[in-house]
Amino acid sequence: MPRSTRAVVRSTRAVAAPVPGLVPADADAEARIAVRKTYKIYIGGAFPRSESGRSYLVRGADGTPIANAVRGSRKDVRDAVRAARGAFPGWEARTAMNRGQVLYRVAELLEGRRDQFVAEVAAAEGLSAGEARAQVDRAVDRWVWYAGWADKISQLLGTVNPVAASYFDFTFPEATGVVGVVAPESSSLLGLVSRLAPVLVGGNVAVVLASEGRPLPAVTLSEVLATSDVPGGVVNLITGLRKELVPPLAAHMDVNAMDAWGVPAEMAVAVEAAAIENVKRVARAPRGGGDRIDWLDDRTAQRPEWIAAFLEMKTVWHPIGV
Amino acid sequence: MATSSDRKVTTRTNSAAVGRGTARPSTWGFGDGQAIPWEYAPAPESREIVQLQSRYGLFVGGKEIAPRTGQWFTTIDPATEEPLAEVARAGVEDVENAVAVARRAFRRSWGQLPGRERAKYLFRIARILQERSREFAVLETLDTGKPIKESRDVDIPLVAAHFWYYAGWADKLDYAFPGRRALPLGVAAQIIPWNFPLLMLAWKIAPALAAGNTVVLKPASSTPLSALLFADVCRQADLPPGVVNIVTGPGEIGLALVKHPDVDKVAFTGSTAVGKQIGRAIAGSGKALTLELGGKAANIDFDDAPLDQAIEGIVNGIFFNQGEVCCAGSRLLVQESIAEPLIEKLKDRLATLRVGDPLDKNTDVGAINNAAQLAKIEELIEAGVAEGAELYQPACELPSRGYFVRPTLFTNVAQSHRIAQEEIFGPVLSVLTFRTPDEAIEKANNTPYGLSAGVWTEKGSRILHMVKQLRAGVVWANTFNRFDPTSPFGGYKESGFGREGGLHGLLAYVRLEDR
Repeated sequence: MPRSTRAVVRSTRAVAAPVPGLVPADADAEARIAVRKTYKIYIGGAFPRSESGRSYLVRGADGTPIANAVRGSRKDVRDAVRAARGAFPGWEARTAMNRGQVLYRVAELLEGRRDQFVAEVAAAEGLSAGEARAQVDRAVDRWVWYAGWADKISQLLGTVNPVAASYFDFTFPEATGVVGVVAPESSSLLGLVSRLAPVLVGGNVAVVLASEGRPLPAVTLSEVLATSDVPGGVVNLITGLRKELVPPLAAHMDVNAMDAWGVPAEMAVAVEAAAIENVKRVARAPRGGGDRIDWLDDRTAQRPEWIAAFLEMKTVWHPIGV
Repeated sequence: MATSSDRKVTTRTNSAAVGRGTARPSTWGFGDGQAIPWEYAPAPESREIVQLQSRYGLFVGGKEIAPRTGQWFTTIDPATEEPLAEVARAGVEDVENAVAVARRAFRRSWGQLPGRERAKYLFRIARILQERSREFAVLETLDTGKPIKESRDVDIPLVAAHFWYYAGWADKLDYAFPGRRALPLGVAAQIIPWNFPLLMLAWKIAPALAAGNTVVLKPASSTPLSALLFADVCRQADLPPGVVNIVTGPGEIGLALVKHPDVDKVAFTGSTAVGKQIGRAIAGSGKALTLELGGKAANIDFDDAPLDQAIEGIVNGIFFNQGEVCCAGSRLLVQESIAEPLIEKLKDRLATLRVGDPLDKNTDVGAINNAAQLAKIEELIEAGVAEGAELYQPACELPSRGYFVRPTLFTNVAQSHRIAQEEIFGPVLSVLTFRTPDEAIEKANNTPYGLSAGVWTEKGSRILHMVKQLRAGVVWANTFNRFDPTSPFGGYKESGFGREGGLHGLLAYVRLEDR
């Protein structure tokens, strides 16, 4: 079993760095009043609050209140899809090498903020500092792994087809478009990165619904994305309640595909039924649920098939002649 | 049903008034929508080679069995409206039986068989199809209404080629997907349409069997006969019983089949509306799904296109199989500067199309497959006229019986017209114009579909630019409607997902495990 789902609830005091939230950093409390962070959503390269003006209280794994997160709305989902659609042509048109470099840059910036993520992941998931560090380190490495696929996946999936007539015939992959990513619920950072990176590397843009119970590391990741070279709108991230956000995303007619990995089992039928209305491609978690995967295991948690799941194969014919 | 004679036939006199430099060679004499001046002697293919049974049962467990419903329906020749045979109308119990038989065959025989042995069965099937190709061609033409020259030269050779291609994969699955082991999914439920009955059967059954699955296939209710003759091929090949099962009946039987809990994989080719219905029916079930749905392809002609080749490509694009093709080039986008001469030439070419008896070897356009489809085509043609597009039909004579419609061309079509938006699935071409490549791309992609597209230009860099920009699964450049078992085929957007043909077609019938 992955550690993330069976984690023992520990005190946030065990973490390496103070959590910039509601929890008082008791040792330093008298010396300095901490500047708390407002956790916002990320749409079109900007950090708005929800148009609905709502928030919900996020608690750490031990039940301690950590912060108020944005309780996004159906309208936020629509705004995010619009931003994503606008960003798609530019991102898809990047050269494969350039996309690879941009995603590698995410790893670079994440590396520089490891301590912050270790603290947040530990608080969110109730992990020890060491366990949280393993999650964060693997998340950094996963960006590197996927970044390298950008200029290789076409050669893995593309073919030249030996047709029985005088034509040159070839097939190559292209991005499917706007992908709705319902992030894994329990693995707040590594699970999200493991599902988001394969979507982006192929040239897709994403509307991400962060983990409902553990959304804060995802929000901080969006701050990393905003300051890396990922163009605004390529990733849009909304926090809030699954039951409010998943249905409008699954039903949105300008979303081409859904990564349903984090869709709760009781919503799976409704999500797939809504998704078929514009023939969305749906990537489902394996039987037993997406939370059962060991995100730390490179052999199971990073795969070229996960890139391929959000690619279209295009076949081209041309006559051969003089 | 409206007859085509009561429609206004626009002659070319209007456009002839627009001054053109050169006079047309009068000796051809088929201007003004007139019929061609020469007659072809009838050249009918004999139907003697086909021995029709009066009744066809279900093919389950290697045997022909009567349906438990005790009900039968009639399949007709759409060119004459004469009945061809009675076919079993399966019920839910028949579907349950067929799935159980397929499951047993998967567990006991086919699923246990080494790939090299599966391969030999598939090679056998390919060979038998080649040996009996004329019989299949005639039967396919009788049941579908498609011209014999197409069933003989396109459908049946491709069917055999498809089995041949996938036969060779059966013992090479270990090499197909690097680092992964390809395992069969189990029982595949497959539903196919009436436009290419045997070819769609081959696209479905060949990769499924190669990967080690067993199948229950439901052919369209208006074209079940070639699938039922294929059952005889399975018997001749000594294919283990239960590996291929064929159930016939109406759409709700297909729905019962895909919903069956013991089905692992669903593959459907047909309309987008039914594809969505199937998607809803199996939502959340965990079944693997591939869909090959409708299309509204743009065939884009630039001003530097080789005009004569382009005309042939346009005609082939929309009149092949009476336009009853999901990837038909039903929207012609012509660069404005060549629109006039191209449309003139196209009208001339339309006048030479021979419409009529599908069994005649000279026939270019046969019968529409069924009355409902003919009514739909007629309705959309009327909608085109009502919405203000300009209709042209050559003044060819249609047979007095059967489901026929004239090759139809609409000019002055707006993007908002139904004939530019909806899949007609008939011999109806809508012509739109554009000025710049960007405008062509914008218009071509302005559809929920994304199955295919065509590009005609002599400029290589422009072809590759268009190829990148068109949101379609197949792009034919300086050609149209080409198919090959090695070549992946399938759609973007609402034209479906998954590919058929090639290595990518194999992927649709396996699950991958780590080595």
